[in-house]
Amino acid sequence: MANVNPVPADAENPQALTPAIGEGAAPKKTAGRQARSANRETFRRLVGQPKAMIGLTILVIYILVAIFAPLIAPGDPSRLEARQNQPPSAEHILGTTGQGQDVFRQLAWGARMSLAVGFMVGFLSTLIGLIVGMTAGYLPGLIDGVLNLFTNVFLIIPGLPLLITLASFLPPGPLTVILVLTFTGWAWPARVFRSQTLTLREKDFVSAAVVSGESRPYIIFSEILPNMLSLVVSSFFGAVTYAIGADAGLAFLGFENVNTVSWGTMLFWASNNSALLQGAWWTILPPGLSIALVAFATTMLIYAMDEVTNPRLRSEKEILRVLRRFHVVSKRSTPVVRKAAE
Amino acid sequence: MRDLSVEYLTARGPVQAVNGVSFQVRQGEVFGLAGESGSGKSTIAHAILRILHPPALITGGAVRFGDRDVLAMSEGELEEFRWKSISIVFQSAMNALNPVMHIRDQISDVLLTHGFPRSEVQERARALFDLVGIDPRRLDSYPHQLSGGMRQRAVIAIALSLSPPLMIMDEPTTALDVVVQKDILQQIANLKEKLGFSILFITHDLSLLVEFSNYLAIMYAGHILEKAPAHELFERPLNPYTVGLMNSFPSISGEKRRLTGIAGAPPDLVAPPKGCPFHPRCPRAMAICSEVMPAIQQVSPGHEVACHLY
Amino acid sequence: MKYILRQLSLYLAAVWASLTINFLLPRTMPGDPVTALVARMRGQLTPSQIEAVRAAFGFNNDPLWKQYLQYLSHAIRLDFGLSISSYPVKVSTIIGTGLYWTILLGTVTLVLSFVLGTVLGVVIAWRRGGLLDSTLPGLTSFFGSFPYFWLAMVALFFLGFELGWFPMAHAYSDDISPGPTLEYYQSVGFHIILPALTIILVSVGGWMMGMRSTMIAVLDEDYITMAEAKGLSQWRVMFGYAMRNAILPNFTQFGMSVGFILSGQLLTEMVFSYPGLGFYLVRAVTTHDYPLMQALFFMITLAVLGANLIVDLLYIRLDPRVRAA
Repeated sequence: MANVNPVPADAENPQALTPAIGEGAAPKKTAGRQARSANRETFRRLVGQPKAMIGLTILVIYILVAIFAPLIAPGDPSRLEARQNQPPSAEHILGTTGQGQDVFRQLAWGARMSLAVGFMVGFLSTLIGLIVGMTAGYLPGLIDGVLNLFTNVFLIIPGLPLLITLASFLPPGPLTVILVLTFTGWAWPARVFRSQTLTLREKDFVSAAVVSGESRPYIIFSEILPNMLSLVVSSFFGAVTYAIGADAGLAFLGFENVNTVSWGTMLFWASNNSALLQGAWWTILPPGLSIALVAFATTMLIYAMDEVTNPRLRSEKEILRVLRRFHVVSKRSTPVVRKAAE
Repeated sequence: MRDLSVEYLTARGPVQAVNGVSFQVRQGEVFGLAGESGSGKSTIAHAILRILHPPALITGGAVRFGDRDVLAMSEGELEEFRWKSISIVFQSAMNALNPVMHIRDQISDVLLTHGFPRSEVQERARALFDLVGIDPRRLDSYPHQLSGGMRQRAVIAIALSLSPPLMIMDEPTTALDVVVQKDILQQIANLKEKLGFSILFITHDLSLLVEFSNYLAIMYAGHILEKAPAHELFERPLNPYTVGLMNSFPSISGEKRRLTGIAGAPPDLVAPPKGCPFHPRCPRAMAICSEVMPAIQQVSPGHEVACHLY
Repeated sequence: MKYILRQLSLYLAAVWASLTINFLLPRTMPGDPVTALVARMRGQLTPSQIEAVRAAFGFNNDPLWKQYLQYLSHAIRLDFGLSISSYPVKVSTIIGTGLYWTILLGTVTLVLSFVLGTVLGVVIAWRRGGLLDSTLPGLTSFFGSFPYFWLAMVALFFLGFELGWFPMAHAYSDDISPGPTLEYYQSVGFHIILPALTIILVSVGGWMMGMRSTMIAVLDEDYITMAEAKGLSQWRVMFGYAMRNAILPNFTQFGMSVGFILSGQLLTEMVFSYPGLGFYLVRAVTTHDYPLMQALFFMITLAVLGANLIVDLLYIRLDPRVRAA
């Protein structure tokens, strides 16, 4: 399972997140439109960001591998065709499994399942989280109280035992996996969206919209949501990170249909076939590393989004660059940099 | 300080917060630094002790205390210099005090750091609280347990703990309500009489400085526009900005006047206007005002102005 | 006080929710789980075992709400019936031993990774752009992406199997009998190193980044500036003023993370055959030992909530503003 979802600092201190709307500027009904242009700006800045580029590259590579698996590694990945537990060689790039299957082919085809489940769960968790979170954040009083308690309960109940309990009663298969992972994964985005909605609700442009008689759904979708877009994207990637790791965990325990090929089931079989005792590290390393790399890629994207949307972080990079140029070590006291007269 | 310049490197570009500011605070004097929000006065206060945080840079000038060059000091020298030679009272006491420490500890840690003998620390803390008029039993309180006025007095007490020759007061009364304001100001005045330190008093409210200060400087958009002894400035304000400020607050005594504000808004410091920063709002602006920044020059003994009118 | 009450009500709600889920699941899933279980075990269950399962599920002919109350009253007394896989051992006996080891491993790893992560977070937030700040976040994020069980497998393989540096299974050597002897404690300590190390390596990044972000927010505060203006040493400002305040929000975060990390720990236990709750959970799963599984789910939830409560009490101790409320 991947590590604690890295949430941008802003999610916990929603005040720190600066929406594109200028504070104190006359609240306009075009707040939604302003947010949209700010989002475009964010996207532009994202493209040059090193962290974003690394994350995106890794992700795209794996997605391409998944899509083009039939071309890259043709053949049926489950086919038993070779000698068992062969180390990597020219014939089998990543060796063979304990049952005689080609590891590389399994890796390529398995990418489809693992990535599909990951993204699906990510999408669903984010969606449900949005619905619950924004409703709780916008509607005051009892509804918020109930929804919030509900969310917190699901956050605090430990995930894996719940997953196991649920999965053991349901028939194994991708649908079950998606269901139970979403069941345990929606709470974190819900909490994040709720707190952000709470903050945005207090802003001037919302009051302006209320006063001019806009309907609630309009306010929520056209005014508040565009301002949360970067947070939604971050949460989506966070949910994907969680899903990929948790899916692997479930498969490893044997809860998924072990006859399908995914990175998680590869690890299940590796463990089952005593790969460790056989010394067959090539059956363990590639699938696990792939899971780790994809999770790492999504994490990088989250950090990239954080950096791009948080103006304080940007200005800090700026000053570090200047200091380096003038060879001044960054200490706590205000540095003195004498520039040449202009 | 002479020709001090401070820049902030923001995401939108470098902002010149302080531009070539020079002034001198003499011993035993109350020097008032007045200006609107964003004029750079707080930045100067922080720059003197070099406690500005990134993305700020000091980009030019000199700051001297006696014969010591503050801008050239090393970390160790600065640590020793701070609070002992110059201390500072911040605007919002609630924010300036560590919320999880007793006030007592916040006094004792600075005493101990600067070499105060441990056995005398408690006594000194009690004496300080007596000095500012707080019951020493409140020493064990946390900041959130004190009232606004008491907090501000506690901050003043901490500032006095090493008996520094110069105290910077950055809008010490702005966060308080009017009645308490007067109290605190009176307290500060009494303490100054008693202990004889100099004060650099920063504020946006000129009315506070009327009776209190000896010498005044008016700041706008990072520049000093006028400097003069207090009574001289009030009787003969020269720079149109100063005149505008004077007309903005009522005086209890004297004839009834029409209050006028100053039209317009302070400039955006990322792209400041060329020439004199005040010219877009100046009722007496001339052609040259939008081209060349007026140099500050002496008009009469002790009275300096930066304006093309003179 | 109000704070604790609010937290307690949340925990009670969570306990209730987990019990109810346990109750409802076997009853709402298609088919009678007992029959399904028997079918899965292909007639390997004796009639008395089938009865035990029936009883464990509380499947009798009483109306649903009555079954619910019976179930709750049993659960309060921590009576979960008899285990199927280790029939006729009581479930609570099995859990007893597992709980001890899980708590041991959990406490050691949580404390160590929290402390390490916090200190690192403080240091890199202080020197932004320094060497550590440029390398550690990326590095720990990378390790943080590893699934816990996978890193456990890799570590077990390379450090245990190939290099033989560390023992590969169990909580202590098979040839030492448990007892308050130095030999025993040394063996326990030695066996705990590898599992603890893998968990710490994956989880430290989360603590570090959390601390870093709260530190960054705190460093902007005026009282930090004032502390510096007072001429206090860097160390004092960093730890006494900044960290002391920045650590507080991380305590409230702690609760959420404990459940997550514990989940990872359970899988790690399985890989290392460490006799904690995770080990038994997996066994329950593979043997379809439902009473054991449900009981484990409940106990693990209790453990997480217990840890949360301890952290809450600590938090009150550390933040004077909450005490007043």
